[in-house]
Amino acid sequence: MTQNQTEKLQAIREAMLAARNDAHPESHLIGILHKVQDVFGYLPREMMDEVAQTLEIPTAHIWGVATFYHYFNLEPIGRHVVSVCMGTACYVKGAASVLETLKKELGVEVGKTTSDGLFTLQEARCLGACGIAPVMMIDEKIYGQLDSKKTVDIINQYRKAAAEEKSAVGAETRRGKP
Amino acid sequence: MSRLITITINDKPYQVEPNQTIMQAADKLGFHIPRLCYHPKLSIEGACRVCIVEVEGMKNYVASCAFPVSDGMKIRTNTQALRTARRDIIELILDNHPQDCHTCERDGNCELQRLAASMGIRARHFEGERKRYEKDLSSEAVIRDPEKCILCGRCVRMCSEIQQVHNLTQAHRGFHTVVMPAYNMPMGESVCTACGQCINVCPTAAFLEKNYTQELFEKLNDPNLVKVVQFAPSVRAAIGEAFGLEPGLNMEGQLIASLRKLGFDYVFDTQFSADLTIMEEASEFLERLQSGGVLPMITSCSSAWMKCLEQFYPDLIPNVSTCKSPMSMQGAITKTYFAKKKKIDPRKILSVAVMCCTAKKYEAARPELMFDGMRGVDIVVTTREAAWMIKSAGIDLVNIQPEEPDHPLGISSGAGAIFGATGGVMEAAIRTAYELYTGETLVDIEVEAVRGLKGIKEGSITMDGKEIRVAVAHGLGNACRLLERVRQDPSRYHFIEIMGCPGGCVGGGGQPYAQINSIPLDDENLRKRAQALYDLDKAKTIRRSHDNPDVQKLYKEFLQSPLSPVSHQYLHTHYKAKTPVGIIPRNERTLSGDSK
Repeated sequence: MTQNQTEKLQAIREAMLAARNDAHPESHLIGILHKVQDVFGYLPREMMDEVAQTLEIPTAHIWGVATFYHYFNLEPIGRHVVSVCMGTACYVKGAASVLETLKKELGVEVGKTTSDGLFTLQEARCLGACGIAPVMMIDEKIYGQLDSKKTVDIINQYRKAAAEEKSAVGAETRRGKP
Repeated sequence: MSRLITITINDKPYQVEPNQTIMQAADKLGFHIPRLCYHPKLSIEGACRVCIVEVEGMKNYVASCAFPVSDGMKIRTNTQALRTARRDIIELILDNHPQDCHTCERDGNCELQRLAASMGIRARHFEGERKRYEKDLSSEAVIRDPEKCILCGRCVRMCSEIQQVHNLTQAHRGFHTVVMPAYNMPMGESVCTACGQCINVCPTAAFLEKNYTQELFEKLNDPNLVKVVQFAPSVRAAIGEAFGLEPGLNMEGQLIASLRKLGFDYVFDTQFSADLTIMEEASEFLERLQSGGVLPMITSCSSAWMKCLEQFYPDLIPNVSTCKSPMSMQGAITKTYFAKKKKIDPRKILSVAVMCCTAKKYEAARPELMFDGMRGVDIVVTTREAAWMIKSAGIDLVNIQPEEPDHPLGISSGAGAIFGATGGVMEAAIRTAYELYTGETLVDIEVEAVRGLKGIKEGSITMDGKEIRVAVAHGLGNACRLLERVRQDPSRYHFIEIMGCPGGCVGGGGQPYAQINSIPLDDENLRKRAQALYDLDKAKTIRRSHDNPDVQKLYKEFLQSPLSPVSHQYLHTHYKAKTPVGIIPRNERTLSGDSK
């Protein structure tokens, strides 16, 4: 865990202790789950247990909330989140085939993460970029007017960047050794 | 009384109380609006929309379970358009439900089936995608079958609001919604206490007890086994309902005769070991009282409460009596004392218990209760399963000639009989403890303060000038609030009885399903079942456990005395903290009052 994550986790624990003394600790639940996901990228079971015990909210209720909201991830996510817009405009312009291409290229179903941990594939409702439909969003970046080839090219750019980064780190490590 | 208001139902005006829902007002006026997710003891869900009615001036139909009456309101409950809308709602539920009524365990007892029939649905119009899930068979006691679930949420509310176990939730969303424990944990690994109340309130077969009837039929046909059965007090007070009889009939003799006809060699009565439990429990209480042991002492008869204790209240384990439940004591005595007396190899004994309870299935499998490498009870069947077996074997329980139980584990006192009603164990214990402590016989043995369906009951009795303060809770939610008082003030009570189910064992998770025109866990029904046991007590000449001649003989010939080393070996057990840890929200623990 990075320094930044440890600090954030500490802040969550303090927020939970404050919420615990509120007349309605459950009203803080969603906010705290957001913060947990911010640190881990998903909701680890141990953290849900900790939230349940600290806020004195039955674990089943937390599970109900965590599974209800599309936003919460229940499994670890990849380094990059690929969200394909399935809104009406994108759908009409071929989003389904973009999604099929991604499923095939990444070898995963919607909601799942590639075995190398690089990508998590998700569906999104309207991303608000209907003018350049069909679109997908990778992390915070929007890519529009997609077809199968363009989609694969974009994915490959991320793969290339990750590989370069890896070899750079590797080279550095090798140089560092006597 | 508040001022009456005028409403119109189906063109006729009525004067009704304000501050109630349309459904409540209609019920009192004799209009039974169809319903599914509604249960009077649970919060209003308004999920199923079956109870819709027309209210003049409203754009849409309203759910009568959730909509309050107001002055001048014009309501229609049975227009053609409403009938069509209701029928469509049920048809859509049916569309997402397996089409296997004739092989389903709830066939003939299913609220959805009854509704479909009453709506006149005679064909399936909608054929769409249907949810498909595996059954969860992990628990010893309670099976979860999400395919049968129609998401009415009664089980979730029962588990959270009445039992306060909070094991269940509606997880995921829309078409993918499933009732499950946290993390989709198997029921057997969850905080489920196995009380079976989810089964009682489920309108379909989404929750069922783990069924042992086929295995039992097979073993009853095994000539190498000596088949011994015991049956709990409250089974006799409820089994008649499964045969269409009115609630509250004591079917003891008919049940004994029927069990013999099923193939049991010996039919014993769990009331015998209820007397035995009182001997041990009352002695343990007096020992704690006199030697400065941990008080208040809490009873340990209810297996759902025992599992709840280990997960939710591990800090109170030292307070709980070490006595096994009557069922487990009976099992132990059957395979030791009885086996020796009859010169039977205990390993050839098939020890069966007919229980009002699903948690007893879990209890019978607890490794802590084993002795000499054996289980005391091999198979537990619920009242429902026993009723089915009796019918299936072509035995006419209603008209059969009543019979007496076998000896030496069949005679019981009136104190043993009332174990089945909330407060009964406390009353039975008081009858014996008083005499053991003071050396005098308690004259007024009917302890009214601990009878009835109030959630938490308190009382006191004076023994040789010493005031003994007692409390009784039934249903785990009431138990929770009572135990919170104990945590805050451990000296408030000396002795506490806790039963896991509403009404005590008479409201157990294994009792017959609600009959047509009745609702699960109806208070009137629970009262009638309890009354059957109190009447049984009244009719007995022996009304105190220590006066049971067969119990006295058992001590003389085998156990020596209460709390003796032999008693400890076979009749006592221990508890330990278990995971997952149960969590009860703070505001529910500190609720004042004593709701049912």
